[in-house]
Amino acid sequence: MSTQVTTPTPDLRADVWSRKDLTAIEPLSVGELTTLLDTAAAFKTVGTREIKKVPALRGQTMVNFFVEPSTRTRVSFELAAHRLSADVINMSASSSSLTKGETLKDTALNLQALHADIIVLRHSSAGAAQFLAERLQASVINAGDGAHEHPTQALLDTFTIREKLGRIAGIHVVIIGDIRFSRVARSNIQALTKLGARVTLVGPPTLVPREFEHLGVAVTHDLDAVLPDADVVNLLRIQHERQRKEYFPSLGEYTALFGLTKARAEKLKAEALIMHPGPINRGVEIDSDLADSGRSVILDQVTNGLAVRMAVLFLCAGARHD
Amino acid sequence: MTTKTTLLKSGRIIDPANRRDEIGDLLIVDGRIAEPSELRDLKSEISEIDCAGLVIAPGLIDLHVHLREPGQSAKETIASGTKAAAAGGFTSIVCMPNTSPSIDSPSVVTWVLEKAKAEACVNVFPTGAITKGMAGEELAPIGSMFKAGIVALTDDGRCIQNHEVMRRALEYAGMFGLTVMDHCQDYNLVGKGVMHEGAVSTALGLPGWPAAGEEIIVQRNALLAELTGTPIHCQHLSSGGSVRLLREARARGVKLSGEICPHHIALTDESVRGFDTNFKMNPPLRTQRDIDLLIEGVADGTITVLASDHAPHCAYEKEVEFDLAPFGILGLETELGLFLDLLVHKKKAISLARLIEMFTTEPARLLRLDRGTLSVGAPADVTLIDPGLEWTVDKEQSFSRSRNTPFHGWELKGRAVRTIVAGETVWKL
Repeated sequence: MSTQVTTPTPDLRADVWSRKDLTAIEPLSVGELTTLLDTAAAFKTVGTREIKKVPALRGQTMVNFFVEPSTRTRVSFELAAHRLSADVINMSASSSSLTKGETLKDTALNLQALHADIIVLRHSSAGAAQFLAERLQASVINAGDGAHEHPTQALLDTFTIREKLGRIAGIHVVIIGDIRFSRVARSNIQALTKLGARVTLVGPPTLVPREFEHLGVAVTHDLDAVLPDADVVNLLRIQHERQRKEYFPSLGEYTALFGLTKARAEKLKAEALIMHPGPINRGVEIDSDLADSGRSVILDQVTNGLAVRMAVLFLCAGARHD
Repeated sequence: MTTKTTLLKSGRIIDPANRRDEIGDLLIVDGRIAEPSELRDLKSEISEIDCAGLVIAPGLIDLHVHLREPGQSAKETIASGTKAAAAGGFTSIVCMPNTSPSIDSPSVVTWVLEKAKAEACVNVFPTGAITKGMAGEELAPIGSMFKAGIVALTDDGRCIQNHEVMRRALEYAGMFGLTVMDHCQDYNLVGKGVMHEGAVSTALGLPGWPAAGEEIIVQRNALLAELTGTPIHCQHLSSGGSVRLLREARARGVKLSGEICPHHIALTDESVRGFDTNFKMNPPLRTQRDIDLLIEGVADGTITVLASDHAPHCAYEKEVEFDLAPFGILGLETELGLFLDLLVHKKKAISLARLIEMFTTEPARLLRLDRGTLSVGAPADVTLIDPGLEWTVDKEQSFSRSRNTPFHGWELKGRAVRTIVAGETVWKL
């Protein structure tokens, strides 16, 4: 039994939340999204108190099941769980039986047999979180499934925008870079369009195919033309370690065409935000000084990620018990 | 010597080989179709089957079936697969060589034929691999496999990427009059694609399998069939663009043919949204536009063959992450119902007689099979069909060893009610 001192959990009303899992933003209603963001706001204030820990998930076990490597998302979930007084187990692909040929389903059923209450899954296959959610009584939180979705990243991005600009509806968000392979982009597109933002995707056609227009966003290959009209620029990481040469010829050419340089930043509105889900390639998608400048909210995103993940864990666990 | 005589009475006899479509009786004596006039001279007991309201068709042929033996008997066996065929109305099936080991040598061909002789309840016609181990590099012993009894060549499941290898295989196969059947897939364009590349794959973040990856090989095949004179049959076409290329090639006299499978006209890529691996097949489900063009191709005679691509997989193999699951679904027991329902009843794209032709004389002519006809003296392979019978697909009733179908619970109109092979009823409803 924990004897650590905790702050009382804020009185949160979540009548519009009944999901035990968070596998994607796509199926969520505007009400559910707003509930998540409002709950995160309440938890953010807890993070500013001297005692940052609440007893909401005391006695529950969360498994961080990371089949694909990650540091910041895993640590953020782990800290969120600690703040909620849950017990945490970390499992990576190399330490799991997946490397011995056990299926994802069997590994997950084994975790459930140990009475894991919440499974946070990072996996290289699109749909993996939904696959587990359909088969387990435990709550399944998607921490990124292939190129499909990364819902908590989109929540922390929208949370940050709402916090800094006061609203989501009507603002213009420009997402730049590797959209094709990006789960962050897909979740952001879903969250932002549902909440009434205008979204423009920018990058070479090899990384930003036209099919994205079916998701209700604009696609352009001319970054300079859209910057003056942007309220937010969200720069996605170029995953150069896994990209082949047919997507773009070189990092130099990428930066020349799509990098946020100081000269390009001059075209932005004074109050426009610069975001990045990290880790940053300084000098590739963003000028190094700009990343550290006052209009960059990159570290606010990290802080808000903690509050958002507390909210997700709290709401999903609560729905399972209701 | 006693004779065994069966009289199929008062059915609608549809026999495209003899341009026959009339109400009548069909006489079977000792496993062969007999002259009705022989009935007067017969002294033996006659078993009669009332066929009022039923269609008496030549036994149906499916030229695209994975029986999984040798080597993958957890998925299917020759015994279970042929039972499923019989329950679907098929008296003859052409089985694919992607087994373990693959059917790429005369000894494996002989093994399959011997096993079929002992355990199969319908006729099994094996195909041989075009290349050794279906690796797309060196020619398999095509002549020896031909002597052992293969009816066609294919590397189905795989596609020869090297056009020079394909060209020489076609030239060599031509010596034996063998048709080459091709699974049309360009590996560079398709890459790791697991579903149709389009709006849905973009939304789901699943790797896309572009239609151009099929079409480019259909066009390659048109050019090589023209160059070599050997007929090529394009298997399981999924893209509307392939139909256009096939139509153009056939119009200039190229020996190129094509088949479609029911799932490619029954379902679209929208079905993949739930990540259910029963909607994962190769080639993938495409769009409504593709469905319309495939059906148009059936209606105007560009597509000449209907087939199942019956591809059983164990439940545990399918119950994994979408991109890791094997491609393919069951087909034998649902294909006649689906094609009747969609092509004949709902879309009215073709007549019932043409549908039967596409399941009998068309595949028989393509692979020179001594089947698909009700001519006097022919083996008495007969399928009785109730084209108006309404039924519900129940995967638990399947004779297959596997259960991987996306059609469980579908309500269909029309199905086979009795399957007769060489005069013997091997299945009835």
